[in-house]
Amino acid sequence: MSAGAAVELDRAVFSYGAAPLDFDVAFAAGRVTAIMGPSGSGKSTLLNLVAGFETPQAGRVLIGGRDVTTDPPSRRPVSMVFQENNLFAHLSVEDNVGLGRSPSLKLTAADRAAVEEALARTGLAGKQKRLPRELSGGERQRVALARVLVRERPVLLLDEPFASLGPALRHDMLDLVAGLQAERAMTVLFVTHQPEDARRIAEAVVFLEDGKVAAAGQAETFFGGAGPEAFQRYIGSEAASGRSRDVARKRT
Amino acid sequence: MLIGGALGGLAVEGAGDVSGAVAAFDPYLLRVVRFTLWQAALSTLLSVLPALLVARALSRYPRFPGRGLILQLFAVPLALPAIVVALAVLSLYGRAGYFSGIFSLLGGREWPGIYGISGILVAHVFFNLPLAARLFLEALQTVPSDQWRLASQIGMGSRSAFRLIEWPALRPALPGVAGLVFMLCLTSFTIVLTLGGGPRATTLEVAIYQALRFDFDPARAVALTVLQVVLTFVVVLALTRLGANTTGDANLPVAPRRFLSPSGPERVFDAGLILLSLLFVAGPMAATVMAGLGADLSRLAGESAVRQATATSIALALLSASLSAILSLALVTARRALSLRRRSMAGRLLQQATDSGAGFVLVVPPIVIGAGWFLLLRSHADVFAVAPVMVVTVNAVMAMPFAVRAIRPAYDAASERHEKLCALLGISGWNRLRRIDWPVLRRPLATAFAFAMALSLGDLGVIALFGSDSVQTLPYLLLARMGSYRTEDAAGLALWLGLVCLLLMLAAGRLGKETPT
Repeated sequence: MSAGAAVELDRAVFSYGAAPLDFDVAFAAGRVTAIMGPSGSGKSTLLNLVAGFETPQAGRVLIGGRDVTTDPPSRRPVSMVFQENNLFAHLSVEDNVGLGRSPSLKLTAADRAAVEEALARTGLAGKQKRLPRELSGGERQRVALARVLVRERPVLLLDEPFASLGPALRHDMLDLVAGLQAERAMTVLFVTHQPEDARRIAEAVVFLEDGKVAAAGQAETFFGGAGPEAFQRYIGSEAASGRSRDVARKRT
Repeated sequence: MLIGGALGGLAVEGAGDVSGAVAAFDPYLLRVVRFTLWQAALSTLLSVLPALLVARALSRYPRFPGRGLILQLFAVPLALPAIVVALAVLSLYGRAGYFSGIFSLLGGREWPGIYGISGILVAHVFFNLPLAARLFLEALQTVPSDQWRLASQIGMGSRSAFRLIEWPALRPALPGVAGLVFMLCLTSFTIVLTLGGGPRATTLEVAIYQALRFDFDPARAVALTVLQVVLTFVVVLALTRLGANTTGDANLPVAPRRFLSPSGPERVFDAGLILLSLLFVAGPMAATVMAGLGADLSRLAGESAVRQATATSIALALLSASLSAILSLALVTARRALSLRRRSMAGRLLQQATDSGAGFVLVVPPIVIGAGWFLLLRSHADVFAVAPVMVVTVNAVMAMPFAVRAIRPAYDAASERHEKLCALLGISGWNRLRRIDWPVLRRPLATAFAFAMALSLGDLGVIALFGSDSVQTLPYLLLARMGSYRTEDAAGLALWLGLVCLLLMLAAGRLGKETPT
């Protein structure tokens, strides 16, 4: 039903006032692509452009071949999961997921069934009435994923959604994402700092540097040691200081 | 802001009468200006300096029995209508006040009463010392407890602790607090009107009122109003350059633990200081209660004028508070929307305008806005017929800085969390208001509402201009009873009015403190 749609940034230029970001890249339909790169290289901005939170000053954004450059976020065929604040704190799990079907929470019986099913699929059965504060960090992201399921949009954008979870939990969540992707064949753009995460679920990698796509290719090539030099440098320094970097990131 | 804009109409109105306005600049006017500035400066000095010491004393003992009570007591003056305080000051230090016997004995002659500058100063200090002390305390409590731990580890004495730790925390707050107090004293109307007692101690605000209500000299009123606006504007401009924040806050965070233990004499000094300020602040409150209970309350309650004034007051305050809450919400929403659209230059300018717009309201005191409308409407309609409308709107705008302060943090935080999500899910308009914003904003809105209502209930500025026998609010009635020397009645009314305002402020504080989860 929500079979993937190709995503393309056609010379999309965007600037916050400082150095302009300039993206010219295509993401194949129905695949998981990891978007990697140093801090400030424009990873989140790329997702924001696709989601419609930012509008490029020049160029186009195409999803499934359709020009969506000027469409508001809710009209684009995308769902997005953020690192945090994916839920409304005062609404129950059920309602938070239900909002994916109807912004006014007027749900039909079919909608309710879909919500129920999505919660079961994401391992949240029996927690419909909980409030977000009664859930663990991992469970909250599961709710967000359940909402992605009921929205049935062909494109899923993940902006470091599991960065604040522990390793084991992160692996579970990644497997869940991979499973959902396999079922729905969504096009997934996945921003992450962790090479192992990218390796675990991504088929393709797009590497950004200084607001431009520095390299793009198959994940095997990238992680097989045959990737571009800049990427090797990025990964290398990662591996060398992996732990301390993890700690330092928490503070941001 | 719309009302502030309409005040421009007053300038236009007055422009046709330039010669008269110019003629109004006589030595008397100069004296009024000088006195306005002089009393404000003195009041500020007398409030801020002791407040520094009191705040320091309070911060040094983060837990002693009654500390919380003292802090709550210090919040009370903020809630009390100026006219109630004026009356309390009179009943304490006035010619026939509770202390007049002692003062007469001490002075060796009959106590002349407290009318004039001394009365004004006492009342202003009563209002502003606790406010300043609370703000300074807040500043002191931003000192991280690690710094205190460090200080005690290296054995820092209390003098160097003040120089190296406390003063750096206080200094950035000083211009802001002093500025706020100065502004409040500069634009104080009720206190000067009731305690000034005569042309020697008159401020611009009171002069405007007199020009309009007694002399009926519009040209003069225009001149005075323009002067007042210019004066306050200059002061505010100077203050914003100093980095002052022109809005006050009623709540305090919890005190951090302290690790330095002061020496014996210091303890005595601090305790004395706290006690003294406590007596000073509690005195007028006690006087209000005592004098109020002495009045024939049951007769007052039965009087139709009193009942009507109460009903009018509450109705007007309710309307005014609703209007204030709605306007503030609109302002906050607009401001946030603008700050999200960060790219456009015009947006940034507008954002600044909304930021200072709320602060600007403080610059233009109600009596000035009232005077503007009074002059504007005088030729077109029956001025006294529009009194309710004026009271409601002007008071609503007056309460906005406080209301905005109550609403904005909650709204901005909620927006920070929800903006993207709402955009993604297409939640907007009514749906968003009902499902997303209302649950988050219910409490801050209630706080703003209660605060605005208390302010509006206690205001005398606008009603003093527009009030008449047909439209009377409680403060107006109170003033009338004072004017006709029915002091007992006035005391009873003051107790009643003060209680209502206090309850509202307590409600506002309580609503504001319990954060929604």
